[in-house]
Amino acid sequence: MTQLPKSTQKKLGLVIDLDTCVGCHACVISCKGWNTQNYGAPLSDMDAYGGEPEGTFLNRVHSFEVAREQAPPMVVHFPKSCLHCDDAPCVTVCPTGASYKRVEDGIVLVNEDACIGCGLCAWACPYGARDMDGAEKVMKKCTLCVDRIYNENLPSEDREPACVRTCPSNARHFGDLSDPESEVSKLVAAREGFDLMPEQGTAPVNKYLPPRARDSLDIPDLASLCDPVPGDETTPAAKGFLGWLDRALEKI
Amino acid sequence: MHPAPSLIIFTTLSGIGFGLLAWLGFGLRTPTGIAAIVFFGLGYGLAGIGLIAAAFHLGHPERALLAFTQWRSSWLSREAVLSAATLAIMAPHAAASAFWDTQLPVLGWIGGALSLVTIFATAMIYAQIRAVPRWHHWSTPPVFVLAGLAGGALLAAKLTLALWLMLALSLAMVAHWVAGDRRFANSGSDAGTATGLGNLGKVRLLEPPHSGRNYLLREMVHIVGRKHAHKLRLIALGLGALAPALLLMLPASYVAAFLALGLHLAGMLAQRWLFFAEAEHVVGLYYGR
Repeated sequence: MTQLPKSTQKKLGLVIDLDTCVGCHACVISCKGWNTQNYGAPLSDMDAYGGEPEGTFLNRVHSFEVAREQAPPMVVHFPKSCLHCDDAPCVTVCPTGASYKRVEDGIVLVNEDACIGCGLCAWACPYGARDMDGAEKVMKKCTLCVDRIYNENLPSEDREPACVRTCPSNARHFGDLSDPESEVSKLVAAREGFDLMPEQGTAPVNKYLPPRARDSLDIPDLASLCDPVPGDETTPAAKGFLGWLDRALEKI
Repeated sequence: MHPAPSLIIFTTLSGIGFGLLAWLGFGLRTPTGIAAIVFFGLGYGLAGIGLIAAAFHLGHPERALLAFTQWRSSWLSREAVLSAATLAIMAPHAAASAFWDTQLPVLGWIGGALSLVTIFATAMIYAQIRAVPRWHHWSTPPVFVLAGLAGGALLAAKLTLALWLMLALSLAMVAHWVAGDRRFANSGSDAGTATGLGNLGKVRLLEPPHSGRNYLLREMVHIVGRKHAHKLRLIALGLGALAPALLLMLPASYVAAFLALGLHLAGMLAQRWLFFAEAEHVVGLYYGR
């Protein structure tokens, strides 16, 4: 049913650390790998070897520049996948019941057998978290690797989303955000984690941790140190033929 | 947003079809015999073509029957249920008019009311989407409902009514544009809130996630339409409402009525193209546009 549950027993989600993310896109690749080889329709690429390649991705890394008043600009790598919102607008718009939010853990999923590929859920999502597969014509989205986190065939350390498992800078954390004692909840509290676009009223479960303040050197303006030394602007007067040419052209 | 031809045909033709059915249901025109077959056939035909066009928008039209199940939460599902209910309830009224020269006013009135609610539901598919601030406003449904009713009145050859509705439609379109131009700024969403980094400084996109295009950009970041918005508004307003209104002020004639109808349709297609093409989705903030 596409009515949202009043509450969920858990709120499984991700906490993404914008301070430590190095923008390597390993999470993008591991996500695509796992979700192409496992549950549901594979994530296809269209025109993969042609002039305008594009593909289906459930996780993408953007890079932003933050121009600050009193400090050098800051580059922030910004991974973005489904935020598994409590008030998910993508679920309620679905006409077929293919989209749903699970009561037991809060994961937002798509039943691909019931998806008519109308695309309205992707329109309703403010975050661009859903992607229509170009080959299968069904809506794809982050499943929080639901086929890993409960998978008893995997070693226990692998029972977390592929993006979290693969992140080399430990910028992605997975856990139950409804439990204030969970590691992820403590992390959010300690680092003042925030929601994306809270004004959209989606109440996202995933949280982002802000970049820490960077070290600042006590040198006011590095650029000014590279300026030419005053009084050094004039080039020494040329001698010989070139000197004559220079003076002659000067007079014209 | 991507102005898909299937959606433009769907919203325009089914709107005008249900508009005509509404007037036929309310008994503003009570055709019998062949005339009833023509009038009701036109209403059913336009509504049907629109609904079939909508199916072309689907990746899996063979599963379309599932779209009748989620009317509790989804406006798209409500639209499907309401349109089917309208066509079904109106059918005995239409058949009685055509074959037994008699009206079934109770069914007609229920069908007429359902026609109106169907057009409203079509508009709500778009107006419910908060992530598209231009659409998420009370001024969206009046444009759809008045366009359907005005076109329907024109088809029903109720020319005085059509004239007033054309004028009302022009006001609704202008209100939707004027309000719409402020909606994105008023939504409170910007690159700062989208990334949560706005309190640190001015945020701009340095590198998109990939060099090529993707589904999101194709569907939701349609920039070409925004460039010509002003001209298209004048075309939509002029052809869609004001020119037909002027023609309807002339002494009634077939030529004037058909010309008004043609201009109105052309104008509404332009209006609907623009409705999609100029609508900005907040996901564009993650792509710097």
